[in-house]
Amino acid sequence: MRAETGASAPAGVIHDIGYQRYRGIRLGRRYVFGALYAHALRTAFGLGRTAKAKIFPWLIVTIVGAVAVGAAMGHQLIGHRLFTYAEFADVMSWLVFFFVAAVAPELVSRDLRSGVLPLYFSRPLPHTDYVVAKLAALATAVWVLLGGPQLLMFSVAVFSTDLTPRVVWREFTDLLPGLAYAAVWALLFASVGLLVASSTGRRAFAAGGIVAVFLMTTPIVGVLSVMPSETINALAGLAAPLTLVQGVGLWLWRKWLVTNPDQQPALDIGEFGPLYGLVTLMVIVACVGLLLARYRKVAAQ
Amino acid sequence: MTIIATDALTKTYGGRVTALSDLTVAVPAGIVGLVGANGAGKSTFIKILMGLLTPTSGRVRVLGLDPTTEAAAVRARVGYMPEHDCLPPDLSAAEFVTHLGRISGLPRTVARERASEVLRHVGLYEERYRQIGGYSTGMKQRVKLAQALVHDPDLLLLDEPTNGLDPAGRDAMLTLIHRIGTEFGMSVLVCSHLLGEIERICDMVVAIDGGRLLRADRVDAMTTVTDVLAVEVSEGTEALAARLAALRLPVTREGRQLLVPVANEWTYDAILRAVADLDLPLHRLDHQRHRVAELFAQREIDSAS
Repeated sequence: MRAETGASAPAGVIHDIGYQRYRGIRLGRRYVFGALYAHALRTAFGLGRTAKAKIFPWLIVTIVGAVAVGAAMGHQLIGHRLFTYAEFADVMSWLVFFFVAAVAPELVSRDLRSGVLPLYFSRPLPHTDYVVAKLAALATAVWVLLGGPQLLMFSVAVFSTDLTPRVVWREFTDLLPGLAYAAVWALLFASVGLLVASSTGRRAFAAGGIVAVFLMTTPIVGVLSVMPSETINALAGLAAPLTLVQGVGLWLWRKWLVTNPDQQPALDIGEFGPLYGLVTLMVIVACVGLLLARYRKVAAQ
Repeated sequence: MTIIATDALTKTYGGRVTALSDLTVAVPAGIVGLVGANGAGKSTFIKILMGLLTPTSGRVRVLGLDPTTEAAAVRARVGYMPEHDCLPPDLSAAEFVTHLGRISGLPRTVARERASEVLRHVGLYEERYRQIGGYSTGMKQRVKLAQALVHDPDLLLLDEPTNGLDPAGRDAMLTLIHRIGTEFGMSVLVCSHLLGEIERICDMVVAIDGGRLLRADRVDAMTTVTDVLAVEVSEGTEALAARLAALRLPVTREGRQLLVPVANEWTYDAILRAVADLDLPLHRLDHQRHRVAELFAQREIDSAS
């Protein structure tokens, strides 16, 4: 390289051109937000990371995908559905817990642990954008985890039958509530999981804390739902994230979640459906608010 | 051109702990050392400059901008190297610096190019594709410096850049900082608790203690004025002292040597002529450069008494 340039340069002297100032464009806040969001979404699935970081997310993706393929095949073989698109999230609930417990600490605890945050906050990145980008990335990851397999089931169902517009439309109107329900799941679990993870820089503690919040709250629901009061029983589901989101599902998409009319759903929400919706919204807003407060403090440290 | 200007800058935490107190200083372009003991308020000062902390009272301007209201504009033009460990162990330096370049608003391909360029400038070549976790302390400090440079800032804020380095590593880092300040066309603010270390590379030194300004002055102004010549002759020290005193030079005796403050170039000639006239065996004639540290120590004693 050097010899080549030397031969072509008449003076025959090569100078180190040294440091060069950058005079090109600098992109604004939206681009920076997008860059952080994309980076976090890739991190959620271990992309651009070590092989070790890929194992757990992809194990869960594989299981979820296999269940979807199995369900779609089963549908073709035995002629009726094992579960609807909307029910997919309920069936996969434990895997969602573990996915959030594994990924949320990757997204925020790792940054706290390595002390990289001062490098972010000394750049034109407001702490609010950091929180929203990480939350959006985690919610997207969970939504893809639940929605992707539903799309797989949809395409198997559509392409393995006669492609009549009526069949496609029926499947499509079944799919939409499934994706919407998955979005509620994603938002609720991402915000709760991220809040817990942001409290500690130790990934193991963060993961344990998330699983604890998701699982340890269900016995409370169990106790409340056997109390001798119908109102308390109907409100019991508010006590745990899992039953809370299921309550919202029963309120908005009952038709797709209670497929067997003879069978009572495990959760009885009575007439309190809108309350479940309101509490879910409040929990998400509260988690985001606490996250913003947390990072306002971190940024000033 | 004034890069940093503060006016009666004060920062108290919860009304009790005073980190900065009535600090008024104007810093011109160039390499500036910010010295003070641990807890003197250096880190607080830097955080206020970047708009991460809001001052309790007083005004501050960085590159002509107010960081309390235009923080994003200030941060876009400032590069910051923190004191503490701030690198994720499981990324390569190239990936990490590229990512932070994008967070500073550089387009993807530009960020990648500039990341390799600045990593080359700080002296990391093929190692940049290895995971940071396997780096030595010296290499990590270089990555920290590279991430502060990647977006081509106008002002670099370096918090204890030689922390944890061995003497050779310190020298290399200081040489690098000096090169950045002189050849890259950037202004540099270097924080350190070791004055003797950074005075070599700085144009100006700002010393703070307990949040108060001790002294802010150009390094050459501080040192040349009080330069001292040390004269040592094998015999006839008294005769020489008398002769120099007759020339109205303020001579002081220290052991076997005579100390003569340098007033101008003429002092030097006068001493040599005196030695030659008296025909004394000259043993040593030294330019004894006062360390800036001694000046601060002297000043503190003065203010204490």
